[in-house]
Amino acid sequence: MNALDISDLYKSFGATPAVKGISFAIREGEIFGLLGPNGAGKSTTINMIAGVVRIGGGTVSAFGFDNQTDYRQTRRLLGVVHQELVVDNFFTIDQALKIHAGYYGVKDDPAWRQLLIDRLGLRPHLGKVMLKLSGGMKRRFMIAKALIHRPRLLILDEPTAGVDVELRHGLWEFVREINRQGTTILLTTHYLEEAEQMCDRIAIMHHGDLIALEPTHELVRKLSNRRLKLWLEEPLREIPAALQPYTPELQDDGGVLLLNLPAGQSAGALLRLVAESRLPIRDFETDQSGLEDVFMQLTGIRGDKHVAAE
Amino acid sequence: MSRPSEPQFHSWLPFLTLLRKEVLRFRRVAIQTLLAPIVTASLYLFVFGATLGNRLSVLEGFSYAQFVIPGLVMMGVINNSFANTSSSLFMSRYLGGIVDLLVTPVTPPQFILAYTLAAMLRGLLVGSVVLVISMLFAGLPWVFPLLAVLMAVIASFLFAQLGLIAAIYAHNFDTLSVYTNFMILPLIYLGGVFYPISILPEPWATLSYFNPLFYLIDGFRHALLGVGDTGFAVAFGVSCAMAGVVFVWAAWLIGKGYRLRS
Repeated sequence: MNALDISDLYKSFGATPAVKGISFAIREGEIFGLLGPNGAGKSTTINMIAGVVRIGGGTVSAFGFDNQTDYRQTRRLLGVVHQELVVDNFFTIDQALKIHAGYYGVKDDPAWRQLLIDRLGLRPHLGKVMLKLSGGMKRRFMIAKALIHRPRLLILDEPTAGVDVELRHGLWEFVREINRQGTTILLTTHYLEEAEQMCDRIAIMHHGDLIALEPTHELVRKLSNRRLKLWLEEPLREIPAALQPYTPELQDDGGVLLLNLPAGQSAGALLRLVAESRLPIRDFETDQSGLEDVFMQLTGIRGDKHVAAE
Repeated sequence: MSRPSEPQFHSWLPFLTLLRKEVLRFRRVAIQTLLAPIVTASLYLFVFGATLGNRLSVLEGFSYAQFVIPGLVMMGVINNSFANTSSSLFMSRYLGGIVDLLVTPVTPPQFILAYTLAAMLRGLLVGSVVLVISMLFAGLPWVFPLLAVLMAVIASFLFAQLGLIAAIYAHNFDTLSVYTNFMILPLIYLGGVFYPISILPEPWATLSYFNPLFYLIDGFRHALLGVGDTGFAVAFGVSCAMAGVVFVWAAWLIGKGYRLRS
């Protein structure tokens, strides 16, 4: 059974379509990344899945339950970490966790609550109201809150936006851990390197459309460019005509030749041409561009490897 | 860390939790939500009961303190029921906390019921304390005690619904303050809290019959003192009809998720 089935999902705000009839499924147990530039429709999609935004058209079902007709079932099965920090000044975080379990119709399970508190490093802050927590602690608390009713699908909408590197790594490690325990993960992030490392499959949205959906390594393999770097024994004065289709580039006064292998093309033909050209090769190196370049190629927008854009 | 087996779902727990949370919320700021309105009403009682009241007589056979007490009790009930739902829901919308609730299995009927019961509790609590304090100033005949309780319950229910409606329509704190200060407050003051409308000159006396709050205040006073500007059945009937209309209105807004879900 799929954790999530989305079919022809559509939403417009006024005359502006935000999500244009997208369809995809998330398998139970996988970590699924939904990427895209700002305004692509990711958060609208997630909010329609969670029930915060009304569905304009199409269907969403979680673990076989329709989120319109069986919304009490689907909401019990989902945990959502919203992108925006939700601030509450009335209750301590320990009280808020108990209250949140109750909202989901689940009796407080002290052992599970304590486990989340410890794993997310919240214990020193239990008596504080959320307003008094640092940004990083607020994020951790929101994750604990989303997990308190033991959801089968955890939705993380930019969970590490504005969070320092150490905490980001800690949070991703925790996400991997709960995934290993059987929780399916749907996440959005601007940190493309992390998405590449974390996600089993990736979907890319742009202007409300789904423009790619592949296993992460397939997406990178099919769409990213590979580059062959050759160190030559003698400087090359003239590039052989046969290598011109590979957009050759000479560096170090002709001592280094760079050849680009277009996406989806086998390396065999290029290697044969290099051999036939009898170039005096001293050494070689290949590298492959990552998800960052795939993202840029598909959307025309550079994602942010280091700093959250939102 | 291992994920325990799926927990059992208790279908009324979301409602009970939301109700408990709403009660805890106003208890957490009890100085503002309970003590302040009680002090305000007590000051009114002191001014009109122990000082000016001796020089005023508006209803034959009753002191002014006896006349004004039912109005002040009802004012406490109305103001606090309205303030509880309007401030709680509006703050949730304003600070974004409402999404925490919207993603949960809390149903629209549970949502309305929990907010309403908490607001009624606060309104009736303030009204009860004001009534107890009023005993220091004057005794009341308590002609129809159960009907008095019923009128207070209807008033608290009605204004809990109006508070929900106001919180949904309000764009900002200013709008919410307009509803409170320019609509609710004048209607209360002109609805017969401090005087019987029968002593007003025309057209004000007739116009007062179009003030919906008049029926709540007059019905409550009628049940306590045995006399009023209008028959109890009329006051009760109009109050029930108004409560029904605002409930349907609030239920429609919340069921639809109007301004709650985009």
